[in-house]
Amino acid sequence: MTQSGDVKTLKIDGRDLSARADETILDIARENGISIPTMCELEGLSSPGACRLCLVEVKGSNKLLPACITRAEEGMEVTTNSERLVNYRRMIVELLFTERNHVCSVCVSNGNCELQALGQQVGLTHVHFPYRFPKEEVDASQDRFIADHNRCILCTRCVRVCDEIEGAHTWDVMGRGIESHVVTDLHDAWGDSASCTSCGKCVQVCPTGALSEKGRSVAEMHKRRQFLPYLTMMREGHE
Amino acid sequence: MNGEELQRIASAALDERKKFDYEVNVCMGTGCLSQHSDHVRDSLTKAAEASGKSCHVRRTGCMGLCAAGPMVLIEPPLTEQAEVRYGHVHESDATEIVDSLGGEPIARLNPQLEGYFKGQHHVVLENSGHIDPEKLDEYVEHDGYKALIRALTEMTPRQVIAEIAASGLRGRGGGGYPTGLKWDTVAKANGAQKCVICNGDEGDPGAFMDRSVLESDPHRVIEGMLIAAYAVGAQEGYIYVRAEYPLAVQRLTAALREARRRGFIGKGICETTFNFDIDIRLGAGAFVCGEETALIASIEGQRGTPRPRPPYPAVRGLWGEPTLINNVETYANIAPIIRKGAQWFSSMGTERSKGTKVFALTGKVRRTGLVEVPMGITLRQVVFDIGGGVPDGKKFKAVQTGGPSGGCIPEEYLDLSISYDALISAGSMMGSGGMIVMDETSCMVDVAKYFMDFCMTESCGKCVPCRVGTYQMHRILNAITTMNGTAKDLAMLEELCDLVKHTSLCGLGQSSPNPVLSTLRYFKHEYLAHIEEHRCPAGVCKAIAEGERV
Amino acid sequence: MSRKKLATVWLDGCSGCHMSFLDMDERLIELVGKAELVYSPLVDNKEFPPDVDVTLVEGAVSSEEDLHKIRAIRARTKCLVSLGDCSVTANVPGMRNPFPVIAVYDRAYRETATLDPGVPNEVVPRLLPHARPVHEVVAVDVFVPGCPPSADVIYEAVTALLEGRHPELSAMTRFGA
Repeated sequence: MTQSGDVKTLKIDGRDLSARADETILDIARENGISIPTMCELEGLSSPGACRLCLVEVKGSNKLLPACITRAEEGMEVTTNSERLVNYRRMIVELLFTERNHVCSVCVSNGNCELQALGQQVGLTHVHFPYRFPKEEVDASQDRFIADHNRCILCTRCVRVCDEIEGAHTWDVMGRGIESHVVTDLHDAWGDSASCTSCGKCVQVCPTGALSEKGRSVAEMHKRRQFLPYLTMMREGHE
Repeated sequence: MNGEELQRIASAALDERKKFDYEVNVCMGTGCLSQHSDHVRDSLTKAAEASGKSCHVRRTGCMGLCAAGPMVLIEPPLTEQAEVRYGHVHESDATEIVDSLGGEPIARLNPQLEGYFKGQHHVVLENSGHIDPEKLDEYVEHDGYKALIRALTEMTPRQVIAEIAASGLRGRGGGGYPTGLKWDTVAKANGAQKCVICNGDEGDPGAFMDRSVLESDPHRVIEGMLIAAYAVGAQEGYIYVRAEYPLAVQRLTAALREARRRGFIGKGICETTFNFDIDIRLGAGAFVCGEETALIASIEGQRGTPRPRPPYPAVRGLWGEPTLINNVETYANIAPIIRKGAQWFSSMGTERSKGTKVFALTGKVRRTGLVEVPMGITLRQVVFDIGGGVPDGKKFKAVQTGGPSGGCIPEEYLDLSISYDALISAGSMMGSGGMIVMDETSCMVDVAKYFMDFCMTESCGKCVPCRVGTYQMHRILNAITTMNGTAKDLAMLEELCDLVKHTSLCGLGQSSPNPVLSTLRYFKHEYLAHIEEHRCPAGVCKAIAEGERV
Repeated sequence: MSRKKLATVWLDGCSGCHMSFLDMDERLIELVGKAELVYSPLVDNKEFPPDVDVTLVEGAVSSEEDLHKIRAIRARTKCLVSLGDCSVTANVPGMRNPFPVIAVYDRAYRETATLDPGVPNEVVPRLLPHARPVHEVVAVDVFVPGCPPSADVIYEAVTALLEGRHPELSAMTRFGA
């Protein structure tokens, strides 16, 4: 076993880089200005490795590995932007767009949406898979916030922030596969939730317009993420 | 409990059997019970009492030939007389059966078995159909728990692992990972509270090997887990069984209670310092919970979804501790290996796939049921010699192995000898052992759609490629089977197969395109007939004007 | 050099993309030098002519009329451009898709009608079950997302296509832009 003080050297996209043993490929890439698309990952929360956007190729491994949870190893050779990866990423973003009803032009998060930005980042000009157009609920029962399942991409950031940071665990996932939905409590209306503290952390970490503050119209919802690294830093007792 | 006591139990059980001239075994596995074999057993007991013959009517587990249930096996215990098997036995046949004991077998009830047992070799199933699954004494009489005592008293944990490694046993749950290597990893991993888990969350359509083993011979699985726990240094164990197997759960519960009472599990097992206890955990029927990390999450009380590996459960598993997780059939192989030695085991099978494999043979085949064959036997032997081939004069088309993660193997590959590697090279996989035979009346696109429907509804929904990709693939297959598919759809289907296979989080997602890929590989002409000629060659699919598509 | 033939079409959309097209202002004059506008809601031409070089399509395919039109237009166009989110993603017209057509009709022509409620069976073309992006119905060569795409984006797209280049737009526009 290596000690956490060890420093590793590795190659990402041909560049020689160094890393602390507890750093992930994504950490190192970010430190060095190498852009790897992400979605479910958010600094300050655990990473489920679920959106599969940050998959990278590692020489010697026949599997693609999620950069957000794969630790740096000595001598690793990582490729983040092969044609194959770029192609897979574009398709994954397309699948996200087909899953629910993402009508950017009338969305509260238009212009401030991570999915929208991601689409642009991967060069998406259209979605070649057919759209599902599912019928989804909008839950406006909460006093201050709205949950619009038309815009949800099931990144589970809300579930994790509520559990890991707020400690309320109001949100969780219900159902399986394409029928999966985030729910409050035991699928109660958000406004009836006994565990919700109305702290709004879920709203601020939500990458799309799925969770928003009431009273915001099209393109008016700006998410404030700064609280999360701040809270984590204060809790861990760092400076 | 020690070796001498074990010997005493065995001889007492044998003495008990010697009191009878005949033993009449009635299969009371799920298959035969659904045909009221409990009524058959009751009327046989009554008939035996009425006749005054010295005859013991016994409840047993599965006899293999589920198609001919209820099955009855007549064993003249200590004579050289051949066993007699009856199929489709009705409770009204009881008196006739009892009367015939010692005389000519009843031709009318002969289940036409020729060839069924020839070619089979029973290791895992050696006791199935011969012992009462809830009677520990009968298991002990058939050499049960001998291997445990041998391991605990004559072998070090390292020697046990070396023996398993030398046997060449590979995981029977589907992946075929070398069992000895897995044990070795867990044994060497750092952890205060290691754990052993038995994966009995059998969920493949058409697969019932694990259910049958648990129903027919639960102590064999418990003994395998005990030996594994001793080898890797674990103190607690879980058997994860799906709740849809109530009989297996009932028999396991009874077996665990009995084993605990006799000192095979608990503290100071078999008068050694070895402690180990086993609990049962019921799965709520999610297919994905058969995936090891999802299964562990489920035992922990979390939502049953997989997490990325590494770290593998062998290093970080249940509650973050090193965890050994093997399938039911893998554990069922352990006791015989320790008892008879690695060399005996590795003398069966092929170069890289040793031992035997249990298959659940179903579909368009004459003799549906459970078969256990040595690795290396050909698919043709299993389907035609043992299974009796396709009924009603129909033509064989394909055999599907590996469940929703596997693929369809066509006629020209039937002489392929069964091994982990050969099945993968043919575009399928061993899987847990489901084997579904299809004839010319099956449309391969429809079959692919069936499995994709399964994968779509059983996707846990955690990762995007599997959650949405399986939906899109299913949508396309639905379009093709309703004659609404286009060449564009087919290209998109191939593109999605590639995406889902290479980017999904867990093994189930990664293998979910296999039924499509294998049918595209061998039966692309059927896809093209639907798309280009709007015709289903097997006559299964009907054109539906799909209003939603323009 | 002869001028290329340019057309614009308005299917199920709000005509915002056409407004944005007009927002090119004085650059329109430059375009007229390069291309002849042979068919458009902006010009008085009833028949879609053959052999059009570039056709800009605004709007989703929502009705039987849209379907009929786009198939004919595709057959007569060399380079078909999906202009704006409605033609690229179905966008706002697609917001009716989760509901059955009959419910849409009821909402529009019965529940909210103040005069003579009832679904019209003449003049108004019948709705398809779903409003679809154009590329799900016919092959599309170039996609220009945006709601609406800005005049700059349209200018870049059209000039590139008239010059025979494939426009690189992903940095300039996006869904909802």
